[in-house]
Amino acid sequence: MRTVLSIQDLSIALPKGADRPHAVAGISMTIAEGEILCVVGESGSGKSMTANALMGLLPPGVTVDGGRAVFDGQDVLSLPETERQKLRGSRIAMIFQEPMTALNPLMRIGEQIAEVFAAHGMYGPTEREKRALSLVTEVGLPDPAKIMRAYPFQLSGGQRQRAMIAMALALEPELLIADEPTTALDVTTQAQILELILDLRRRRGMGVMFITHDFGVVAEIADKVIVMEKGIAVEQGTAAAVLEHPQHAYTRRLLDAIPTGRLPQARKLEHAPVLELKGLRKVYRTGGGLFREAREVRAVDDVSLTIARGEVLGLVGESGSGKSTLGRTVVRLVTPDAGQVLVGGTDLAALSEEELRRSRNKVQMVFQDPYASLNPRHRILRALTAGPVAMGKPKAGAEAKARELLEIVGLGAEAANRFPHEFSGGQRQRIGIARALAMEPELIVADEAVSALDVSIQAQVLDLLRDLRARLGLSILFITHDLRVAAQLCDRIAVMQKGRLVEIGGVHDIFLSPQEAYTRDLLAAVPGADWAAENRTRGVS
Amino acid sequence: MIRRFASNKGAVIGVLILLIVIGLALSADLLFPRGPWAMVQRPFLVPFTMDGFPLGTDTLGRDVAAGLVHGARVSLLVGLVSTIVALAIGVPLGAVAGFYGGWADEGAMRFTEFFQTIPNFALAIVLVAILEPTLTSITLAIAIVSWPPVARLVRAEVMAVKSREYVDAARLAGLSNIRILTGEVLPNTVSPIIVMASLMVATAILLESSLSFLGLGDPNAMSWGYMIGAARTVIRSAWWLSFFPGVAILVTVLALNLIGEGLNDALNPHLSRKGTA
Repeated sequence: MRTVLSIQDLSIALPKGADRPHAVAGISMTIAEGEILCVVGESGSGKSMTANALMGLLPPGVTVDGGRAVFDGQDVLSLPETERQKLRGSRIAMIFQEPMTALNPLMRIGEQIAEVFAAHGMYGPTEREKRALSLVTEVGLPDPAKIMRAYPFQLSGGQRQRAMIAMALALEPELLIADEPTTALDVTTQAQILELILDLRRRRGMGVMFITHDFGVVAEIADKVIVMEKGIAVEQGTAAAVLEHPQHAYTRRLLDAIPTGRLPQARKLEHAPVLELKGLRKVYRTGGGLFREAREVRAVDDVSLTIARGEVLGLVGESGSGKSTLGRTVVRLVTPDAGQVLVGGTDLAALSEEELRRSRNKVQMVFQDPYASLNPRHRILRALTAGPVAMGKPKAGAEAKARELLEIVGLGAEAANRFPHEFSGGQRQRIGIARALAMEPELIVADEAVSALDVSIQAQVLDLLRDLRARLGLSILFITHDLRVAAQLCDRIAVMQKGRLVEIGGVHDIFLSPQEAYTRDLLAAVPGADWAAENRTRGVS
Repeated sequence: MIRRFASNKGAVIGVLILLIVIGLALSADLLFPRGPWAMVQRPFLVPFTMDGFPLGTDTLGRDVAAGLVHGARVSLLVGLVSTIVALAIGVPLGAVAGFYGGWADEGAMRFTEFFQTIPNFALAIVLVAILEPTLTSITLAIAIVSWPPVARLVRAEVMAVKSREYVDAARLAGLSNIRILTGEVLPNTVSPIIVMASLMVATAILLESSLSFLGLGDPNAMSWGYMIGAARTVIRSAWWLSFFPGVAILVTVLALNLIGEGLNDALNPHLSRKGTA
């Protein structure tokens, strides 16, 4: 096979004062025609920098300071900007993680694709439109003629990513660089996009450099894999070799950290319920006026469920399924339109502001974004004691308890006197958990609490939650889009779709004998599901 | 933060100029113990012609340098106090509007718009004319015309911050609305308010000068605007009478603007136009 791209000894220097001198230090790789190379690593490993260097998109202050990237006989790194511009889009194309920000919100999809031709001075207007239409059809967008006239905001996330891919394919590139193109998508959509990329590679024979943090995705599509850690390629080889027989300790650690979907031992649960939801409903109305009817979204539609004391209930669903609204209703950050939220016999949904404030401690929440969930101006101690003190605890007692909790979540008592920016994402999430525990709640709602973390950090936080569950008998409502994560921690799983509870049952029942078609679809879409299943049967992780 | 501010040359120059102006204003009684109104030499003394009167004298033989230094007091005082009063009106109003939304927001914003639709300067003139021109009424008038932008800014900032997860967390901690607003939300909106305040001082000095120029200044207080206003009839024969106060206004306002820009870059490094990586 012909080699499309060959990178030799590439180094990218970071500006002075960064945490390390090189974003990427001396990596080499080759991509052949029709080959998919996965670049895998955690955040900060330099995987995106490599792609940006190829496209000439490095941020100011970051420079290539060594190595070559040979594409079609010439070194793209040393090309002048005008030459590079000719290459970009026409022969090397790139797709990004967030298709919404990569598309022009004010231009119709058809125009945007046609513009790619116009930018390179190709074809007349009618020919451009014809080709755009055939591309839209090729990437499998429904009702191509209608999509051509749609604006980006009218498309779903997956459709936008398809539109981006259509734009990238317009000039028949020989190399496609995909920077985490499925990370922002739901599992089922992700599976479709991966299928599309595999299919296009087969039909067009282009080389693909696929950047991802997810070994499940790697297992689905990669021919070759390169594993990066802190700018160094620690391991590379064929996908089979790296996945089956990882050589480097870091690769093994990453593979071990992946939620394998291996199911936990079923535990005996108490019968006393800590939370009972009865006929919960929340409808959002948007727009509406004299001439237009208001749009109604039933975020939570008649949901009833119970969580037993000491149980971890996983709530899974795609984005827009209403799982987050349900979580926020349970802590009553959102007031439901109808139904009851019974915690220890009191209906939180019916309390007045003042009564609610006094009962706030009963249900606590751990938030998704570790960077937004702590006030940047307050020391950790204040974040942890504000609640208990407001509940009427003496200050000294609350502070002692806060330090003790910081020890329990594995940070050490001295963390109390520091500010949030001094901690990493995983550490902040531990602080978030300690803050929730400080209120001595009966139930913790964890809303995508590990979704923003790297796999190895994710595994540590999950370990912590498991440990806390065992030690303190915590009850948790664990909201996640990631079935693999849910499988690791939860006793029972509830599946939501479009505001409705589709299925609820023990984790073994849901995973091994799902009753509903939607649950089966979700399970099938998990990337690397077959590979993980093989591992399970072989007893290797 | 201080280091980022200090690395901005313009801002440092601004601080130096402002310190000099403040120093002169504070030591006015030492430098010119006879005050700005005393007639000390013959009228229309040209600058740089007589020792002890470097900037010359005005139509009545008063020392221009003494007027400048004493005028600095009035300008700075009016600028500072009116800004503080404007913040005292605008910050709570904007915070309540942004935090509670709904009717509170509607009410507060309509009230703000009522003031915004009236031209600033015209309203200030009317207020001073009704209240009689004294330093207090001038300061108050300037404050009343300059708070609406503060309220709008604070409202927007509060609305952005209140949807953060740490505010949700504070709510779950059972904190009262007032404590969430003052303890969690407002401290995170301080940076743009500080920047705006530094620029407001500059605008207030200009407003005060304009009022004095029109003869609406406090008749008992020497100010830069009054000096220019008094000298406008003789502008062709005695240029220095309006030139030096004009320069004083320009330099002070410029210094405050430089400081404001510097603060902005230091407090919001992500928006810095210099774009350090």
